[in-house]
Amino acid sequence: MTPELGQLALILAFLVALIQGVLPIVGAHRGHAGWIALARPAAQTQFALILFSFACLMQAFVANDFSVAYVAGHSNSKLPTMYRASAVWGGHEGSLLLWVLMLSGWTLAVSLFSRQLPQAMVARVIGVLGLVSAGFLMFMLFTSDPFDRLLPAAADGQDLNPLLQDPGLVFHPPMLYMGYVGFSVAFAFAIAALLAGRLDAAWARWSRPWTTVAWVFLTLGIALGSYWAYYELGWGGWWFWDPVENASFTPWLVGTALIHSLAVTEKRGSFKNWTVLLAICAFSLSLLGTFLVRSGVLTSVHAFAADPKRGVFILLFLTVVIGGSLALFAWRAPKVSMGGAFGVVSRETLLLINNVLLMVAAASVLLGTLYPLLIDALGLGKLSVGPPYFNSVFMPLMLPLLFLIAVGPLARWKQADARDMAQRLRLAAVLAVIAGIGLPFLIGAWTPLVALGLLLAVWIFASTAFQIRERLKSGWPPRSFWGMHAAHFGIAVFVVGVTLVKGYEVEKDVRMAVGETVEIGGYTVKLLGVNQVPGPNYVAQRGDVELSKGGQVRAVLHPEKRNYFSSQMPMTETAIDSGFTRDLYVSLGEPLNAPGAAPVWSVRVYYKPFIVWIWGGCLFMALGGALAASDRRYRLKVKQQALQGAAA
Amino acid sequence: MSRAGFVLSLSLALALQLASAPARANEAAPLADDPVVEQRLLVIAEEVRCLVCQNESLAGSRADLAQDLRREIRSLIKQGKTDKEVMDFLVSRYGDYVRYRPPVKPSTWLLWGGPFVLLAAGLAALVLFVRRRRGTSAALSPEEQREAAALLGEKS
Amino acid sequence: MKRFLIPLALFMVLAVFLALGLNRNPSEVPSPLVGKPAPMFTLPRLDADPQAPAGTANASFSPKDMAGKVWLLNVWASWCVSCRVEHPVLVDFAKLNIAPLIGLDYKDQRADAKGWLAKFGDPYTLSVVDADGRVGIDYGVYGVPETYVIDKAGLIRFKQIGPVTNEILQTKILPLIKELQR
Repeated sequence: MTPELGQLALILAFLVALIQGVLPIVGAHRGHAGWIALARPAAQTQFALILFSFACLMQAFVANDFSVAYVAGHSNSKLPTMYRASAVWGGHEGSLLLWVLMLSGWTLAVSLFSRQLPQAMVARVIGVLGLVSAGFLMFMLFTSDPFDRLLPAAADGQDLNPLLQDPGLVFHPPMLYMGYVGFSVAFAFAIAALLAGRLDAAWARWSRPWTTVAWVFLTLGIALGSYWAYYELGWGGWWFWDPVENASFTPWLVGTALIHSLAVTEKRGSFKNWTVLLAICAFSLSLLGTFLVRSGVLTSVHAFAADPKRGVFILLFLTVVIGGSLALFAWRAPKVSMGGAFGVVSRETLLLINNVLLMVAAASVLLGTLYPLLIDALGLGKLSVGPPYFNSVFMPLMLPLLFLIAVGPLARWKQADARDMAQRLRLAAVLAVIAGIGLPFLIGAWTPLVALGLLLAVWIFASTAFQIRERLKSGWPPRSFWGMHAAHFGIAVFVVGVTLVKGYEVEKDVRMAVGETVEIGGYTVKLLGVNQVPGPNYVAQRGDVELSKGGQVRAVLHPEKRNYFSSQMPMTETAIDSGFTRDLYVSLGEPLNAPGAAPVWSVRVYYKPFIVWIWGGCLFMALGGALAASDRRYRLKVKQQALQGAAA
Repeated sequence: MSRAGFVLSLSLALALQLASAPARANEAAPLADDPVVEQRLLVIAEEVRCLVCQNESLAGSRADLAQDLRREIRSLIKQGKTDKEVMDFLVSRYGDYVRYRPPVKPSTWLLWGGPFVLLAAGLAALVLFVRRRRGTSAALSPEEQREAAALLGEKS
Repeated sequence: MKRFLIPLALFMVLAVFLALGLNRNPSEVPSPLVGKPAPMFTLPRLDADPQAPAGTANASFSPKDMAGKVWLLNVWASWCVSCRVEHPVLVDFAKLNIAPLIGLDYKDQRADAKGWLAKFGDPYTLSVVDADGRVGIDYGVYGVPETYVIDKAGLIRFKQIGPVTNEILQTKILPLIKELQR
């Protein structure tokens, strides 16, 4: 019964979404107050319906209702409850339901936190979000219904892919989708502004916090995905330039350009067209990512089961949404006024360079990701574009960007003093060069790449520290100031992590019998034994591995090799001793001993220096974004208090 | 064989045995027979696609074909082939698809050249844009002047 | 003002390619060997005695033996599920007696292979044993089954990836063989 209720709620949500999508926008165009006023209640109703539907699906999973085809395909009675619940988004149909839930959640937030905006504007924003939601709901109802029944019901489910039976599944997709979907708000604001024919600094001020928060979630989502791959897959990698990873990275790059562009539009009224275009692009790339993952067009470990019919639908949807918004842009953009002038050396110019670099980077990643498709479609054969390409292209583009991070915040709006800036950056430059030359020796061998990475990181660290110190002299700066520097600081931390891991990581593949040791990174790793250990839905071979340094035992790690009942491929559960300055990573390979004999295993051991700085940097970036976004809201409360004070 | 020859070959065999044995009694031996060859294999394998996997490199894949191909590459390395020769071996059998670093040829000029072209175009557009904006706070166009006059007229 | 249409134009181009991409299979690897000489090999025959001394007559096979003839090489294995799907098609093809069909038993056990052929029928003029898959690699085999059409000069003219269906046989393979035999 519950699945049918869930189904019904979904159909109703679709109808509400259509109303929400059409009437408020037409109403805003015609000045029809009644239809404008429909926006908020429609958004709230839609949220309630989709939440209910989602709850029904989750209930079906937790209660092991294998008469629902989707549940039977992705769950199992022996699956632990936590994974039964998160398996809801473990497959195509359920992840779409998560998508629309997030979308309706963001729409709800817009409906609640937009009292101070003009009603017509809010109506248009909510309307656009309603149309997007309607599209997704239609896609679900016609091609990807999670509530389809399986009759007769399966005795037990096929189980969730063992790779997904991990806390990572609980957090990574929701976080990621919060980011993807969050850009729809920036998109909706952009479309609303184009529809109204009004693009001004106020529009930028309203869009900014929403965009920044979406960006924060996307940053965290990508970082979580990377960390999950690192500890789950067993060979120490944390980024593969896989098409689906790229599909999340390109909106992030464009989103970063967008938040910088919004800053300029808000402060100076400039770049309006660029900002609108970026907002459209960021969300378009999110949608494109959705298409790539589900249509079977590209080969990826992350791809959901491919179905060209679904691919056709999403492509049509993409064409309507993106094509429509770009057409609207082409029509309305020329009428938008230009905004303030600025000098050659100014913060505006530097931010423009920043955005050009980010956009070229995003375009390059997109080009590399789609190139195999392009070549194949032209009948020119089959090609693979992998990490060697992306690394060669992406890294050089990032170098000038990293350099600019220190310079930008120093530049004044409209006209900056180059000589003054150079003067203030001198000390940071000196420290950076010293670090580049000297630091690598402290850690290992000197290589130009490590030197460059550390030089740029210290350049950013030093200049950030000096700017903060200087600014503090004139009182406590606002949160947006701290936000900016925290995010930039995060990038420098990230760069340190990447540089040192790439420069100094060590991998050893050894054959270990019980009692044998291997030396790595100054540590001694010893195999104490391997025992069979049962799990809820698997049987594991569990190793006991002792980690010691200088004779002192630091930790005992337990890498496992699991055989899930539902899968034929054995799964590796790595064991990692994580630390501020290094990770020690142990992964069991295959048993090499004859059955019944004493255990001898192939073991892979990694020494990964400073690898946690990679994700630590991402956390700082997210913190920075959160600080910056909360600055706006603080002003909102102050404004409200001021208004109340005035009224009293 | 003479006695000296016998002793010599025995010592040689013993020496080789000791050379390949681990330094300490309980130190684990490397999994690979020849770490130098293995190192080269890893570098090459990172650039090669595992054909039967969903986008994994030959280095990490556990698939049967991947193991066979790694075995082939090892033997080619031992025969003294260069990295390029190993790559050519694979490409002549499986096509360019097997390389993760696309070769530079007319069909990939857009791929390799694209980013640079885009960067150049972006910077060029940037320069034009900045130059244009430098003198914008200048006079209004005749249309805008009329508009301004009309607004001012209405106001007063 | 036309520059504002650039983003839309770029997107439309992209959409066209994405639409074209929906009809392609991204993991099908075309062979670079088509038009090139079939790689040389000498492998023991499946029906020969593995213990017989080297050089015994009819103990091994090489593509040289097929010079001057149009022939098919089919890569198969007893552990391969898709091979069972294509097998009846091959058995029917063999009855037509148009061209010899040589089997390459890929990474298989002799006993299993012989048993499989006994059970499902043997369309092959003969099968050779590629125990470690080395010859398969030379032929660019990455999934079983795969089938090659080789002409009188020993050049590979066509490669079928995946099972040979009746449709492919009728529309591609038979016409090609006819043309090559002229």
